[in-house]
Amino acid sequence: MAATDRAARASGGPGARVELEGWGWKHSGRDEYALRGVDLSVEPGERVLLLGASGAGKSTLLHSLAGLTGPDSAISGEQEGVLLVDGEPATRRRGRVGLVSQDPETQLVMARAGDDVAFGPENLGVERDEVWRRVDAALGEVAFPYGRDHSTGALSGGEKQRLVIAGTLAMRPRLLLLDEPTANLDPAGAELIRGVLARLLAATEATLVLVEHRVAEVVDLVDRVVVVEPGGGVIADGAPRAVFAEHGRALAGQGVWVPGGEPDPGLAPAPGGPVLIEAVDCLVRTPPDLGMRAAPARTVLSGVRAAVAAGTATALTGPNGAGKSTLLTLLAGLARPRAGAVLPRGPLAEADARPLARWPARRLARHIGTVFQHAEDQFVTATVRDELRFAPLRAGMGRAETDAWVDELLERLRLARLADAHPFTLSGGEKRRLSVATALSSGPAHAPDALVLDEPTFGQDTRTWAELVELLGDLRAQGRAIVMATHDALLLRHLADTRLRVADGRVTPVERPDGVERPDGGTR
Amino acid sequence: MRTTDRGRGDPMTLDAPGDGGARYWLLGFNPAAKLIAALVLAVGLVPAVDAVTGGVVLAAVLPLVLFSGADRRTLLVLGVPFLFMGLSSGLVNLLYGEAGPLGALGAAVRLLAIALPGILAAVSSDPTETADSLVQRLRIPERPAMGVLAALRLIPLLAGQWRTITLARRARGLEAGHNPVAMTALFFGRLFALLVRSIRTGTLLATAMDARAFGTGPRSHARTSRWRPADTLLVAACPVLLAAAYAVSAGLGTLTLLFG
Repeated sequence: MAATDRAARASGGPGARVELEGWGWKHSGRDEYALRGVDLSVEPGERVLLLGASGAGKSTLLHSLAGLTGPDSAISGEQEGVLLVDGEPATRRRGRVGLVSQDPETQLVMARAGDDVAFGPENLGVERDEVWRRVDAALGEVAFPYGRDHSTGALSGGEKQRLVIAGTLAMRPRLLLLDEPTANLDPAGAELIRGVLARLLAATEATLVLVEHRVAEVVDLVDRVVVVEPGGGVIADGAPRAVFAEHGRALAGQGVWVPGGEPDPGLAPAPGGPVLIEAVDCLVRTPPDLGMRAAPARTVLSGVRAAVAAGTATALTGPNGAGKSTLLTLLAGLARPRAGAVLPRGPLAEADARPLARWPARRLARHIGTVFQHAEDQFVTATVRDELRFAPLRAGMGRAETDAWVDELLERLRLARLADAHPFTLSGGEKRRLSVATALSSGPAHAPDALVLDEPTFGQDTRTWAELVELLGDLRAQGRAIVMATHDALLLRHLADTRLRVADGRVTPVERPDGVERPDGGTR
Repeated sequence: MRTTDRGRGDPMTLDAPGDGGARYWLLGFNPAAKLIAALVLAVGLVPAVDAVTGGVVLAAVLPLVLFSGADRRTLLVLGVPFLFMGLSSGLVNLLYGEAGPLGALGAAVRLLAIALPGILAAVSSDPTETADSLVQRLRIPERPAMGVLAALRLIPLLAGQWRTITLARRARGLEAGHNPVAMTALFFGRLFALLVRSIRTGTLLATAMDARAFGTGPRSHARTSRWRPADTLLVAACPVLLAAAYAVSAGLGTLTLLFG
């Protein structure tokens, strides 16, 4: 019986052995290898942290170990060399290796929590009573706080990711692959997942390969660190302390977040200035949801008062889903509050004294630049160059002048070699730089008075992080207002002058801006 | 196999159907039974174009709305367009048809009688139960059934992405104003952006499903889709209802057939 065979083989035991020999991978349609010449062997039960600069093919390696890459697989491309899990090609073991990726939203399959955890065991042909035994055990292991029938749509990000991990555990994998499992979570959710992982790793014998940018927070969970190079193989391998002592400086130089090697940008002090944008008693409710099981509309923000000043960086903090992004769209004049208004003040009111939500889009874009969380959402043309020419041409700048300015922007943001590429084909870090550039591209004389950014440093390596923060620091020094929603403690420390905490529908100023925010929301 | 630890009405909990009183009576039937019943009624009503045949079926099915568990908002959202379609088809027949006012009424009633059972079947069936039932009872292949079920989960996500894309266009200074050409161009630009995002989202979900061994071999089923005697009765009642409707109409001498 093939089904019982698969079920039996997936029933646990000691960890799996991983062997790679001269392994390489090239995504279809690319000229360059993502990784090449990788020689690595991981013993059963080892816990490995996989590091590398942004774009070094770490996720690709995890996907390959999970058996998801290959000519007929979910991710297509060309493979060379050998990749074995327990002596077998990984593609033949798909489903017996557990993979947890960044975004829980796209990893949940079913509408009810219990059904979702049962999905993996069902696919393995596990017998019904055993499925539910495993579901209950897995929900217990991740300390899932609700019953089997709880709606997966009604969970917070951290709870969703816990459910994803439970769904993986229920398959009893002997090799567990975690691809930045806390990247999309707020500090409280990330803390929760790290707690679950620590308890889990103490209890299981499974082999672990973990990819995580925030090295300092996971280094205690692993006993080995492996560093890979973009387009190359393993460049460092060993115990965490030894690897960081020997290669720490070189790794930091390549953009890897190494403990103690965080970037330290020297920023000009904030000049401060008059209030430019003020939110007065704003009320926002959720838009009507689609579907039969739609939740009733609820209040996201109420009685919100907030002010944004020139020459100042204002940071919005608070848990995911509390309304930070909603408040940003209000302050940027993109959305209209249900009650109350967002008004221009001081120099900004000279352009148009009406509430920002009533400004024509063209005028708004000239005065307030917005950078969205997903950069793709805001691209409107087919090449990087056209994306940058778009705003100045619409603002009435001459063609020659525009081209000169765009060339300068391309150089400054290191996008020149990609000028003719389609914006969607850029890497995550490049897309982010381009989206910031488009918001600034109206020209030196017309750059917007305020720049509004949603999680600007998400997914950046140390180099691109420092470039971005220095750029924002320059803009602040020129007297522009910066408004950003962020969880990034380092960004808050370096750039935030004023902090507003968004939670439970309210916006409150954080009393001690130099305090570090704790996961529970207080300051210390 | 399932525990229901909370009462109905808690929006966080998706209850198992079949418990919770008369208002949810229709939810207790097997989704496959409801779909078959709706299909039988719809096909059975195609030949009769008079108001009485459709009227009898409509009169028998309409009270079931009270037991479908649907709230007022759902009924409005789904019912109003169909009511409007029924009325407009009646109006068109009245103005341009050859059958006169009675024929027009027949067209309107027939459309509603054909549509209502399907709406009720859809409203009173939980998507997960429906997929289970289609796979286990009607032997529909697993891959498309589970794929569609997973895709349903992405609809609210898609709605959120559409709102963000709309805001992002305004942020870039793009706004149609009152120009219909610009409006159309802008709409298709947004649609393309949404398409790109939804393909990305769909690919990620498909990868996650593959990582959880989807499609590696025969699946087991964690939930049983039960076919009860009541389900057989529901399906059997449909030909009986149709026969009664045709008999009443023939008895009254109003029966008009499509190709009569």
